Amino acid sequence: MGSSSSVPAEVQELAAKTGFTLEQIEHLHRRFKHISGDQPTIRKESFDRIPDLEFNPIRSKIVRAFFDRRNLRQAQGGLADEINFEDFLTIMSYFRPMEMNMDEEQLDCFRKEKLKFLFHMYDADNDGKISLQEYRKVVEELLSRNPHLEKESARSIADGAMMEAASICVGQMEPDQVYEGITFEDFLKMWQGSDIDTKMHVRFLNMETIAHCH
Amino acid sequence: MQAKGSPAPPSLRALHFLFMVAALLGLLPLLHSHGQQPNPMLASESPHHYPADISGSESGDVTSAPRDVPQEIRPLANHSSPGHTKDRKAFPVLGIDYTHVRIPFEIALWILLACLMKLGFHVIPSVSSIVPESCLLIVVGLLVGGLIKGVGESPPILKSDIFFLFLLPPIILDAGYFLPLRQFTENLGTILIFAVVGTLWNAFFLGGLMYAVCQLSGTGLEHIGLLANLLFGSIISAVDPVAVLAVFEEIHINELLHILVFGESLLNDAVTVVLYHLFEEYANFDQVTLTDIILGFLSFFVVSLGGVFIGVIYGVIAAFTSRFTSHIRVIEPLFVFLYSYMAYLSAELFHLSGIMALIASGVIMRPYVEANISHKSHTTIKYFLKMWSSVSETLIFIFLGVSTVAGHHYWNWTFVICTLIFCLVARVLGVLGLTWFINKFRIVKLTPKDQFIIAYGGLRGAIAFSLGYLLDQKHFGMRDMFLTAIITVIFFTVFVQGMTIRPLVDLLAVKKKQETKRSINEEIHTQFLDHLLTGIEDICGHYGHHHWKDKLNRFNKKYMKKCLIAGERSKEPQLIAFYHKMEMKQAIELVESGGLGKIPSAISTVSMQNINPKVLPVERMLPALSKDKEEEIRKILRNNLQKTRQRLRSYNRHTLVADPYEEAWNQMLLRRQKARQLEQKMNNYLTVPAHKLDSPTMSRARIGSDPMAYEPKPDSENLPIITIDPASPQSPESVDLVNEALKGESRLPPSPEEDEEGLVMRVKEPSSPGTDDVFTPGAGDSPGNQRIMRCLSDPGPRPDPEEGEPFIPKGQ
Repeated sequence: MGSSSSVPAEVQELAAKTGFTLEQIEHLHRRFKHISGDQPTIRKESFDRIPDLEFNPIRSKIVRAFFDRRNLRQAQGGLADEINFEDFLTIMSYFRPMEMNMDEEQLDCFRKEKLKFLFHMYDADNDGKISLQEYRKVVEELLSRNPHLEKESARSIADGAMMEAASICVGQMEPDQVYEGITFEDFLKMWQGSDIDTKMHVRFLNMETIAHCH
Repeated sequence: MQAKGSPAPPSLRALHFLFMVAALLGLLPLLHSHGQQPNPMLASESPHHYPADISGSESGDVTSAPRDVPQEIRPLANHSSPGHTKDRKAFPVLGIDYTHVRIPFEIALWILLACLMKLGFHVIPSVSSIVPESCLLIVVGLLVGGLIKGVGESPPILKSDIFFLFLLPPIILDAGYFLPLRQFTENLGTILIFAVVGTLWNAFFLGGLMYAVCQLSGTGLEHIGLLANLLFGSIISAVDPVAVLAVFEEIHINELLHILVFGESLLNDAVTVVLYHLFEEYANFDQVTLTDIILGFLSFFVVSLGGVFIGVIYGVIAAFTSRFTSHIRVIEPLFVFLYSYMAYLSAELFHLSGIMALIASGVIMRPYVEANISHKSHTTIKYFLKMWSSVSETLIFIFLGVSTVAGHHYWNWTFVICTLIFCLVARVLGVLGLTWFINKFRIVKLTPKDQFIIAYGGLRGAIAFSLGYLLDQKHFGMRDMFLTAIITVIFFTVFVQGMTIRPLVDLLAVKKKQETKRSINEEIHTQFLDHLLTGIEDICGHYGHHHWKDKLNRFNKKYMKKCLIAGERSKEPQLIAFYHKMEMKQAIELVESGGLGKIPSAISTVSMQNINPKVLPVERMLPALSKDKEEEIRKILRNNLQKTRQRLRSYNRHTLVADPYEEAWNQMLLRRQKARQLEQKMNNYLTVPAHKLDSPTMSRARIGSDPMAYEPKPDSENLPIITIDPASPQSPESVDLVNEALKGESRLPPSPEEDEEGLVMRVKEPSSPGTDDVFTPGAGDSPGNQRIMRCLSDPGPRPDPEEGEPFIPKGQ
């Protein structure tokens, strides 16, 4: 699909779908071709072509998010083997900044989309809950750049966070009550107050100079 | 000289006391009377020597530089005292030597006045909810000044030196040290544009228009030239950090607006300094050439970047110094203050921007210093900064009022009214124009409401006044008129804008600051998001904000932290550091709450056993301790406890004596860690026996402990450990059970060096029972130990065995 996206009609369609401008799509397409090595699709290995990603502690989670069918707005869950440019754009569109002319409803929707994306990154097994194990994994990965660290501290942090989450979302708990994990509703509750829309975005401008360097 | 002049120290003390009592009874009447008192007193001592002193008596006050008079007089006074006594044959039992103590005494009185005023406003909340504190303080200053003037004295004027060297630095350091760095850096571009371009615009717009007004015939202002007007414009155009802080802290506006206005007020200092010196110089020149202008332009970069550079250097030195202070904890806070102050003074020395230097040093040193110093020192720093800055702020506003009464005024209607109107117009136009420009680049746009608040929040304050006061009367004959206009603008902004901004914020429904407690979840999410965004930026090949931040972070971790942070903590990732901080806060809250019934945060209602998800507790077996054993363990425990409490410590002025408070806290952390270990173990091998192999430590622990003490007890009711519900008041009994079970559990082959190094070396193993009680605060204070302790201890305040512990002082 990569080569065919130069057809204006198709690009226009993409623009309408993802909300990017034509210019941005062009930039991203160039970048897509760079990552895929001029192939129409990107596979997991393709991300090795990005040297900067090497240092990212949550690299595997990021890469995985690109192949997560939930994020690609596909019906079934699980992981895709490869994604095409449209999917790539779909993922990228989660990181669009919000626009001035959005009304409250759109804004709310927009916010939820972003959070959903984040939530899916935490919830690896797609059961609608961030379980303790999944949370521990996240914290471990966050701390994975520190070689001296023991798993123990990552665990205790995750445990603490989980307890906090439980107390925020459920409140009083009986001793025999069990909190199984953070649901999306709980996740929304925890993000309340810290405006996700002002944080989760990336500038997609002025990319051409850098894209050429690679 | 001072020592010689004190023939009657006890009487002085008595006098002091009298004064203090009088001051407390009624400060206001005294304030003017203390101005007179020197005269009758001195006169009574030796009437002939002091004709000169009568006029200068008040001028030695805080704000006006001590004139030569007191210095000349004092030796005389000293001579006179013995002479005085020679006539009387008796030794003077009670004498008065006010000159001896006058300057510090009056300073203390002023500060006391400031503090009492602050206290008073908080006692009467109904007033301060309508009128901002700054306004009230100015009014107080006006009243005090009026009183002093009423009794025929000349009230003190806010001297520029005192203001810039002593009153301003604490406020700026406080602001710089606690600068919300994240918001600040994220909005740095906007802030810089407002601070630099906005201030320039204000200065030139105002100066130019004022010049035009002055040229109009009939105003009587034709003699004021363009440069003088521009100088005036540059003085009056800068938004004042002190005023902004005072007002904005009370209205709780959202962080974005706060940092925009406040950041602007901090960073525009460089512009103001440069413009001020520039125009002051040019006013003496006959002609201003192009080179002068270019040099002026250059000097802007020198002043601002030079200030930052000096600040960074001192910041790094301070961080480096704090690396080595672990043995002398008492002076740790002082390093922070001294290095910052040195940074400020060094910058002022070269006429660089002292404010920029202070902020830079505060921002740079903070993360490293915080990692190095003890928790107590951190608290000390926090409190001292807050104390100094609030006292300074109070004094500044009071003196603004007093100076208004004291100063010579030249009221020119045209000039003052035009200044005021143009000031407002310039601000509004500047903000509108600049936001229009900035919004093209901002992702989070500034709404019209935001723009209004930014424009409206442009308060002027004492910096402008002091700069105006600094003007040389010889070169600027119209100084008094300038000062009058400046004061009018300050009063207008502080009173009218400061008082109406709160209702306007409510009216416009501007987003307010959310009082969110920083939670560990939030920190995890924030970090996760940071890495995610960095990753996405990398993927789409855009080297933006996050990319560079990531690079900087890695550089920081790799080099800076290693050099500047002592020991283990340099390798500590941010998340863990944050976690420790949270934990410590909660622990302290717990100790403070006294552990009786009151639970500090909601978190404690949930314990780990509510969470462990997949493995549902079907059957629980409990270690049942035999009664005798229980009793025996209890006895040992009690003895150990008493020993710890009875241990005497000699007092040493240079080291902090560990107080029982800290001890309790340390022990609590340790205990929590143990209870948690225990519980985890229980969960692990009591509920899921065949799930997985025990770790070597655990199996060892199991073997080590008495196997006979455990009986499988399905569905037992008395679950002392697991069913501790923190919400319910605990009996000491159940607490003891935890400890005892713990003891029973961790019957390890005791290691001899447990006390010193056991905690550090033996991270994964349950520490020996002895450590719990014999744990010395001294050892706990060392960073290594603390770290491990905090690493292992449990996150949330959970069923803390300490609640109701006998050795927590408050709990008793």
